[in-house]
Amino acid sequence: MSKLARREEISGYLFISPWLIGFFIFTAGAVVVSLGLSFTKYEIVSPPIYIGAKNYIKAFTNDPLFWHSLLKVTLTYAVFSVPLQLVTGLVVALLMNQKLPGIGIFRTLYYLPSVVPMVAMAMLWILMLDPQYGLINYFLSFIGIKGPAWLYDTKWALSAFIIMRVWIVGSSMLMYLAGLQGIPTSFYEAADIDGANIWQKFWNITIPIISPIILLTLIMSIIASFQVFTLSYVMTEGGPGNATLFYVLLLYQNAFINFKMGYASALAWILFIIILGLTILILKSSASWVHYEGKTR
Amino acid sequence: MRTREKSLTLSWLATKGSRRITWKIIAFTLLTAGGVLFIVPFIWMVSASLKTRPQIFQFPVQWIPNPIDWTNYPEGLAFMGFLNCFRNSCIVTFGSVAGQLLSSAMVAYGFARLRFRGRGILFVILLATMMLPYPVTMIPKFMIFRSLGWIDTFAPLIVPTFFGAGLSGAFYIFLLRQFFMTIPLELDDAAKIDGCSYWGIFWRIILPQTRAALGAIAIFSFMWNWMDFLGPLIYLNSLDNFTISLGLNQLVGYRYTQWGWMMAASVVAITPPVILFFVSQKYFIRGIVVTGVKG
Repeated sequence: MSKLARREEISGYLFISPWLIGFFIFTAGAVVVSLGLSFTKYEIVSPPIYIGAKNYIKAFTNDPLFWHSLLKVTLTYAVFSVPLQLVTGLVVALLMNQKLPGIGIFRTLYYLPSVVPMVAMAMLWILMLDPQYGLINYFLSFIGIKGPAWLYDTKWALSAFIIMRVWIVGSSMLMYLAGLQGIPTSFYEAADIDGANIWQKFWNITIPIISPIILLTLIMSIIASFQVFTLSYVMTEGGPGNATLFYVLLLYQNAFINFKMGYASALAWILFIIILGLTILILKSSASWVHYEGKTR
Repeated sequence: MRTREKSLTLSWLATKGSRRITWKIIAFTLLTAGGVLFIVPFIWMVSASLKTRPQIFQFPVQWIPNPIDWTNYPEGLAFMGFLNCFRNSCIVTFGSVAGQLLSSAMVAYGFARLRFRGRGILFVILLATMMLPYPVTMIPKFMIFRSLGWIDTFAPLIVPTFFGAGLSGAFYIFLLRQFFMTIPLELDDAAKIDGCSYWGIFWRIILPQTRAALGAIAIFSFMWNWMDFLGPLIYLNSLDNFTISLGLNQLVGYRYTQWGWMMAASVVAITPPVILFFVSQKYFIRGIVVTGVKG
């Protein structure tokens, strides 16, 4: 290797060294330590004790809160909130793509909630959802509906979270909008000549072209919905009756309130595997429904 | 015959045109209605922050408070120790923004411009780390900082940012690398011939060329660090060290009584990110569209 090339190589390592160090300590190192801890009993005051797979066995067989928070809360939330987010984001973007006046104002309006700090959002929505004086039930009363007690009702608390999530749909809307704006009008004109109606154009032109963006937002919103924390911590602390005990909240409580760090690490790894599995599953399935420009199948 | 055909075409075009206009009017109406729904909570919040308790609980809702009552602001802010929280948030946020800018620019330059063995695989690893859920590394990080005696200091929130390990650190490196790749390599070569070091090229050629991208990163970084809750929640215990997010959380306990305080404090907490968003909208929106990473 020439002297120059060697100099370049050394400089290269030096430039990326901050990340390399950070990676080995805070990511790779942390991941290994976390995996190790998940096989121990570790309660901070005394050093970790190896207990084999007991944490995992406990989660699956002996912790009713685990299944409750994973299936009844987190998965249920994901199943309802992810499609709702995808559809709302896409519908708003489609409406915005009609070359309307004031598009910039609409874009700002719909994105604005997404720059609200989570805690402030939580406070605002606690009051919005107040059964007696909140704005939601006030509006519902206009159409003759007596709104539920939302955050104070085990049957409705999770629905409140699903509805709330629609308010911060701004970034997926922006991504759809960018995708829609990139579709050449000649595609639609050609379809017009062939006599295609608006639905045919939507299903055969719009959807295939933006399908890569749909895939991206789908994966991102699934990952995010499995990691809901702040809103449930601030608004309900998992209540009422554990109705909003999201998985990461359960994990946090185990780690930083009960100081069961070993068990919490096992919970983190189970989450990791679930997210990884779901992502791979979706990516694999995407071959059949995602259309990539310039690739013929 | 010909004129008939022509008039048929014309009438077809006309109905199509009017259909398009009707559709536009429908779209505009729906968007406006939705926009009102999205914005009403803000209006309600500001309005309630300027009301006395009886006014807040009065029906029908009085959208423009009469009379306007300012007392929620001094009282609510004093209760959460606002000035102190604000100072702490500033320290944490500006420290983190500085760390993320410096480290992500350096690392991105290395990945974008310099050839070294393992570059490709290291970059893939960097991208893969973006998929890692934060709960996986949360506990070991806590142990590291605890053993260093950094609990209840700002260090756990700021120091990792200098190592590309802050909030979405990998994402900023990726973003900047993409920008750096667009600068012509001839610039580097010319500088090299003039005897400029790699650091000199980075500092005097690349960085000035990518001010806009660096600005976008600074804005993103400011936003997410300012809004962060989990980090401060884990590492900061004493009231003196609380950031705005933690201070606000203190007020949640008053959800049955002090709505005015909660609203006033929320308005103040929301203001900095909202102003920044309005000022930098163009960068911000483009950044989200280009990368699609933040949700």
